[in-house]
This record gives sequence, structure tokens and C-alpha cells, in this order.
Amino acid sequence: MRYLPKSPSERQAMLEAIGARSTEDLFTSIPAAYRLKQPLNLPGPLSEMEIIEYFRGRANENSRGYTCFLGAGVYNHHRLVVTDTIIQRGEFLTSYTPYQPEISQGTLQAIFEFQTLMCQLTGQEVANASMWDGSTALAEAALMAERVTGRHRVVVSRTVHPEYRQVLTTYARNAGLQVEEVGWAAAGQVDAQALSAAVNDATAAVIVQTPNFLGVLEQVPQLAELARAKGALLVVAVTEAVSLGIVRPPAEADIVAMEAQSFGLPPSYGGPFVGVIATREKFVRQMPGRLTGQTTDHDGRRGFVLTLATREQHIRREKATSNICTNQALCALAASVHLCLLGKEGLRELAAQNLAKARFAAAELEKIPSVRRAFAGPSFNEFVVTLPRSVRLVNAELLKEKIVGPLPLGSFYPELTKQGLVCVTETTPRSEIERLAASLRQILETPV
Amino acid sequence: MTDRIKKAGRHVNQSEGLIFEKSAPGKRGMELPPLDVPAVDARQALGAAQVRDAVDGFPEVSEIEVIRHFTRLSTWNYAIDLGMYPLGSCTMKYNPRVNEYVARLDGIATEHPYQPAELSQGCLKILETLQNCLLEITGMDAITLEPASGAQGELTGMLLIRACLESRGNARKKVLIPDSAHGTNPATAVIAGYQVENIRSDAQGQIDVARLKEIVNDDVAALMVTNPSTVGVFEQRIAEAAEILHAKGALLYMDGANMNALAGVARPGDFGVDVMHLNLHKTFSTPHGGGGPGAGPVMVKKILEPFLPVPVLARKADGSLALDTNRPKSIGRVRAFCGNFGVLVRALAYTLAYGPGIRQATEDAVLNANYIRKRLEAHYELPYKLPSLHEVVFSDVRQKKHGVSTIDIAKRLIDYGFHPYTTAFPLIVSGALMIEPTESESKEECDLFIDAMRSIAEEAATNSELVKTAPHSTRVGRLDEVTAARKPILRWRPRATGEAAD
Repeated sequence: MRYLPKSPSERQAMLEAIGARSTEDLFTSIPAAYRLKQPLNLPGPLSEMEIIEYFRGRANENSRGYTCFLGAGVYNHHRLVVTDTIIQRGEFLTSYTPYQPEISQGTLQAIFEFQTLMCQLTGQEVANASMWDGSTALAEAALMAERVTGRHRVVVSRTVHPEYRQVLTTYARNAGLQVEEVGWAAAGQVDAQALSAAVNDATAAVIVQTPNFLGVLEQVPQLAELARAKGALLVVAVTEAVSLGIVRPPAEADIVAMEAQSFGLPPSYGGPFVGVIATREKFVRQMPGRLTGQTTDHDGRRGFVLTLATREQHIRREKATSNICTNQALCALAASVHLCLLGKEGLRELAAQNLAKARFAAAELEKIPSVRRAFAGPSFNEFVVTLPRSVRLVNAELLKEKIVGPLPLGSFYPELTKQGLVCVTETTPRSEIERLAASLRQILETPV
Repeated sequence: MTDRIKKAGRHVNQSEGLIFEKSAPGKRGMELPPLDVPAVDARQALGAAQVRDAVDGFPEVSEIEVIRHFTRLSTWNYAIDLGMYPLGSCTMKYNPRVNEYVARLDGIATEHPYQPAELSQGCLKILETLQNCLLEITGMDAITLEPASGAQGELTGMLLIRACLESRGNARKKVLIPDSAHGTNPATAVIAGYQVENIRSDAQGQIDVARLKEIVNDDVAALMVTNPSTVGVFEQRIAEAAEILHAKGALLYMDGANMNALAGVARPGDFGVDVMHLNLHKTFSTPHGGGGPGAGPVMVKKILEPFLPVPVLARKADGSLALDTNRPKSIGRVRAFCGNFGVLVRALAYTLAYGPGIRQATEDAVLNANYIRKRLEAHYELPYKLPSLHEVVFSDVRQKKHGVSTIDIAKRLIDYGFHPYTTAFPLIVSGALMIEPTESESKEECDLFIDAMRSIAEEAATNSELVKTAPHSTRVGRLDEVTAARKPILRWRPRATGEAAD
């Protein structure tokens, strides 16, 4: 087998050195009744050629050749070649968690830079080395708010990504954390009045997302004030991190739970992505996840180490702030490389292009008489359209034109069966936006 | 002294500051194509209050500087691609490159989780095939691929146990965890709403079955056990432990972190395990990437299937695959979308490469561990003498007499060209040296490691200062971790305005 570096005679020599007669001898500590008598029933073994052929076959059964207008927490941005080149270097790809700092300075410094970039983007003071994804980052942020405030109730806007809210519910259920939801107002932003009524002195956190799941930007400073008035924290989720190139960062938030997939990671059918928790310095000891800190060696040379580990499971066990161990380090590295390439100007331009393309798409779609924008609030690269009939049925027609149409919101909100979420990024050519508009017009003008 | 060090030599590596320190206004690392739609005034479009200024302190560097920056950093890391990485419990095996290749294919990496099922049959077939392979390897009945890591797999498993017991009328209060367990186990049990009761291992480092029998009662939800245990030994009475638990209506959770000792040889489903997770970034070769991403699939027995997290892979009447979220008894969702799909792709590529031959990998892993054990046991103390499987745990008691501890030996290994083994774990071994070579090491590499460890044992006796002040060959020496924690510097900050420039 090509992955195994031993010849039969080397195996024999090693067995002899051990004093074993056969390989079977090595497994006698497993009771005989549980030792398998025959080979497993598995496909393979496959050569490299066959493996590639197998996955190419599967790739051909997917969406190739279709133009996709989906976002909703997973964004198709251009991925720079350098990013993938760097993360495939064996020294990054095949190294472990940097618990031995003397021979892990590369990973450690890269994490320190990642933490800095995330702080700069979010307007927060500290950021961790990554969480599994945005959804688990949000759930952990809620648990963190519970620890910080000693309160056991969170109020979450229904405009937060529905799957993020589901993950929050799963985590909250056994942590003694009560989750209450509030709806949205006409502009597509969280209903501030309902929120104000729901928040009280038992509330640990108010949880919103910006841009929210309906594509609309929330008014973070006002929401922070509302939360603070009741002694609650404001937790802000960000699923489209490119927005932070042009949208004001949630600096007033107490905790930001972000998904940074947009920075150089492919959609990859939903993962692996990279979650982030960023917060205020004063809460750092309640933060989950790994942190890298700067220090010096005995000769005064700058170096980096994993630090504040007394929050973590391998030291604190049942008293840890979280059970997270393995995180998404390589994805965080990809995000760092990507952001360094984008740089100050590139990030701004990228965000501006997304904004402009989405505006153009919205205007094109609104030219169809039976289509209108569902919410008037400001949006970044996603917006909701209301169609005269079920989005699901319209999408079935669009598929015939090789277009994956707006995300049917009825799957998440029963009251929104005629609403669809459209996403446009810098990778969507104008011609495809125009083709979507033309196809949609034709479908809607054809009597049912 | 240097003639003892055969594996490593000195070579120059590049110095490099932080990327922020290389930044200069006007430099850039990428360009976009011209905008093909009318430009928009952000202040008008979003409202002035919603628009930010350029990100303060953000790097401005060219493409070549980014390449050099990260390439230089990379050369400061040790990696499996450079040599043996004998971290016990971490299973640092070769990460096949074809796995990277297929995960990046157009039509695999490009797929959106919300695209219609009819356009996702390839992705769903990958999930189905991997599910079937993992069920065959573990001997379990049903599976979820959702969890993003081993720890999230543990949490999912504990939530499944809770849901199952709740459905029987009593979720119970406690989870029993041996003192040899990974730290994630107790941390997880708490998030699942359970109290942790630690149970002491017996004199041989095994589950104390007699003690277990005494303490399992109607308050106990489950026992979380790692098998083989963290001392690398099969829990010989695990089936008996399962019977004790089952007789009292409790369940057996197995941490599958050490599955590299069992794949193709024995199946947890056959020895009484009710729930378990796998770490695909260990046994199934997906790269650790400096700390992740991983994936932590959870396998269960039939009784727990109704509670699996959503979505669950389902076959429709027309024979096509779909993701089913309509599962009334489900514990809910543990992660958005479909798990760490790209990691799952790599794990399947690994499994297909071996097929039933995965047993050979297990045999080689166990062979390597036993070979190292045999050839080092005259030099290091072996606290538990039961037969080893995939890893061997020594203690530093002999070297302690010279004032040399496991961490010193570990740091000295760096000078010999190796990554250290795992130190200070498991907790039941004082001064542990936990060594897991995996199947990826040749006899030659194992021999070099053995020579290095013997040489260090000798140095500990004859020149302990050399060991205690190691490493001597790295860019930085031992770092001041106390100050790092006491006065945390967790990010770079731009020089304050008005401060004098250099």
C-alpha cells in the first residue's frame, strides 16, 4: 500500500525485535470474541487514478453549469490563488496545534495576525484563534454572555440566520439558557419596540445579525444602547464578513460572532469554514477557544505562545469555558492570507463592488412589474424580493434555464413563501444578472 | 554532541516581522476587474451612519510580500511532511495529497449547501458512501456526519444520550468519566447538562469494574470511556462495563480518538458501545492544519437513531438522496449546513484508498508502538505494563532523579529533529511521555527516534543541564508563558499618533 513505508522483511524484523511471532500476537489484549475474523466489507482499495475518477464522477452529478444566486451564510467570492498555495504548504497543512511553541512559531504568529485582523474588522479589542463556524460561534457567544452577566435568558431576533438560531437552541437547552425570539419591523430590521419589551433585567444578551438573514443592516449603536439600559450584552452575528469592508463595524457590540468563510474559503457544500469570537478586553477570561499571545524568550526575542489556557478544557476540564479543542486553524490561515492580499484598499473595493452589483440586480429585478423589494432597510449584497407566486415553483422554472434562483424563504419562515433571498457578489457577471431578470420576467409573464 | 544528532542539521532560515510592520500606504496584493455595473455611493445607498472608513491599521502589502511572509513563517513550523510527529493521542499520520486534490475539484468545492437536492446528488452520494464505510468500520447502526470536531461529536453523543433517557422518562444527573480521559470529555458532559463524576482507574490503568458496579445507579446517565484508553491499552472488561450500565438503564459512550488501534481489527459496536465519535483528523488522515479543521462523526445503536441531529441523509421514493430535517425526536441542529463537508470528502478518499486493507494500517501503527516500547523500556519507566496497542506511555521517574522532566526531554527531542511526544497527559501518569508513532513511520524513522530517545536518556544522566535548557537549535528558546498569561498581548496595535517614528 502506497501510504505505508515498510517492506515485508522490515515488518518481520520489527516483530522479531518485539518477540512476537505474528501480527496477531500484537492484538491478544483484545478479547478474542471481539477480534474480527474476516476483512471489513468496504469499497476499495483504489489507486490514485481511481480515487480522482470517483470524485470527478460525483462532481458531475452536482450543479456544474448552473449560475447560482444563493448566499444565506455561504458566499461565492473570488478565491485568490496565493491563498490556496500557502495553505497547502506541508508546514502549515500537516502540523498540529501549536502546543510546542519553539517549533510552531509559524502557526502561532499567523494566528496572532489573524486575531489582529479580526479585531480590526469587527472594531473589537480581542478575537480568538477561531471557532468551528459562525453558528457555533454564536451559540458559544450566548453561553459566554450567560457567564459574564450571570443571567439566563437571551432575546434573539428572528432575522438571525435560522440555522444559527437552531444551533443556539440546541446549545441553550441544557445550559439552563432560555431563548426568546422577536420578529422584524417593516424595514426588515429587528422590531425595536418588541425587542425593548422583551428585554428585562433577567436578559443576558440581545442577539442580532448584520447584515441580517433578510439582507438588511441592523442599527447596532441603538441596539447596544437598548441592551445596555437593561444591563444585557449585545451579541452581533456577522455571516457576510466582506460587508465589513464598507459597513460600519459592530464596535458597540459586547461580543461579535462571525463567520469568515467569505475570506478565501470555498462554499464546499457548507464547510469547513471559520468561526470567530471577538469581544471586549474585559471579557477575555470568559471567552471560549484558543488565544495566541506575544511574549519573549530568555534572550528577549519576540515569540508567540498559546495563552490564557486556564479557560480551556485540557486544563480546566469540567470547569472550562467551552469544550472546544480542535478548531479551524487552517481556514483561519486562509482568511488571513486572503485579507493580507486584499489589503486596506482591496477590501474596500471588493465590498463596494458587491454593493454595486447587488444594487444593480435589485433594480433589474424591480423592473419586472410583479416583482418588488420586500424590505426597505439598507442592504449589502443580498436582498429579498417578493414574487407574485411561490418562489419554490418559480425556481423550478429557473432551473430549466440553468439558474439556481433566489433562496425560498418559506423553508425558514412559513409567512414568506413568496419571498426569495437573492445574493450577488463580485463573481456574478452583469450578463448573468440580466439573464436572471429576463428569465424571471418570462416565467412570471407566462400564465400559470 | 552533534554527531549523536543524525536526523537534523542546521540551516539558515529567514527572519520576518508581523505583516502589519511591512505595510506601506498604496501597496496592494490584488486587483479586481473593472466594475461592469454603475458604481454606487455607499453613503447614499446605506446611509452615512452605516458606512465605515478604511480599516485602520489594515495591511497594505504586495503579492510577493504576502508569499514571502507566509512562506517564511511556514519554515518555522515542524510538520508531518518533515518527519515523525509522535504526539500521543493525536494520531499524526501522513495526509495523502490526493485527498487535497479531490476536495478542491470544481463540482465539489464549489457547491452551495442550499442548492436543490437534485443538483447535489454527487455531494449526497459522498456523504452516503462515507456513512456506510464508517458504520462498517465501527459496527454501529446509524450515523451523523454533522459535528465539526471530536469535541462537538462528544457533545452530540451526550445530547443523544440525554434525549434517549428523557424519552424513557428520566434524563438522569451524572456522567462517569475515568481519570485517564481527555479534557474534552468532562467539559462536554457539563455543556450537555450533566454533573461529572470522575472515577479512578485501577492499578493497571483500566476501568475499575468493581467500583463501577458499586456506583452505577439510577442517577447515572452514561460512562464516557476512551478505548483503547489514553495509556494505549485495550479496556479488557469493556463489555462487562457495558452490561453493568445497561442493567441499570445507563449507556456507554466511547471516545473514538484512538480508533487507529482498532480499524479493521475490532468494532466498538460488537463490544457494547451505544454511542461513539470518530476524529476524522486522526484515524482518517485529514490534515490537522495547525489546529483544525477536523470532523467528529457520531455513530449510534438503533435505539438512539430517532434522536440524531438534523439534517439526516435520506433516500426518497424515487431513489434520489435528500437531507431530511423533519425529525420530531431530533436533538436539533448542532452546526449550520452539512458538517465540515470538505473534511468528509478527504476522509472518504482515505478510506477508499485502503478499502478492507485499512487493517494493515492499524497493524503497522501497533507494530511501530510496540517496537518503540520494546526498544525504550530499558531506558524509560513504563508505569502500566499491559500490552500496548497504537501508543505507549512512559514516565520520567528515572530522569527525575537527575532533575530532568518529561517536558525537558520533549524539548531536547526538538534538537534531534523530532516533534515532541505528548507531555503531561494522561493525568494518571505523573510526568508522562506519551508516544504515538502511527503507521506512517518507516523502520528507519522509528530507529532514529529510538536512538534520539536513548541518547537523551544518557544526556539526562550525564549532562542534565543540556537537556533542561533545550531546545538549543530553534529560532526562539523556551518562551515566557507566565508573562504571556499575566499581561496578555493578544493583537498587534498601530503606533499611537504623535509617537516618534524610528
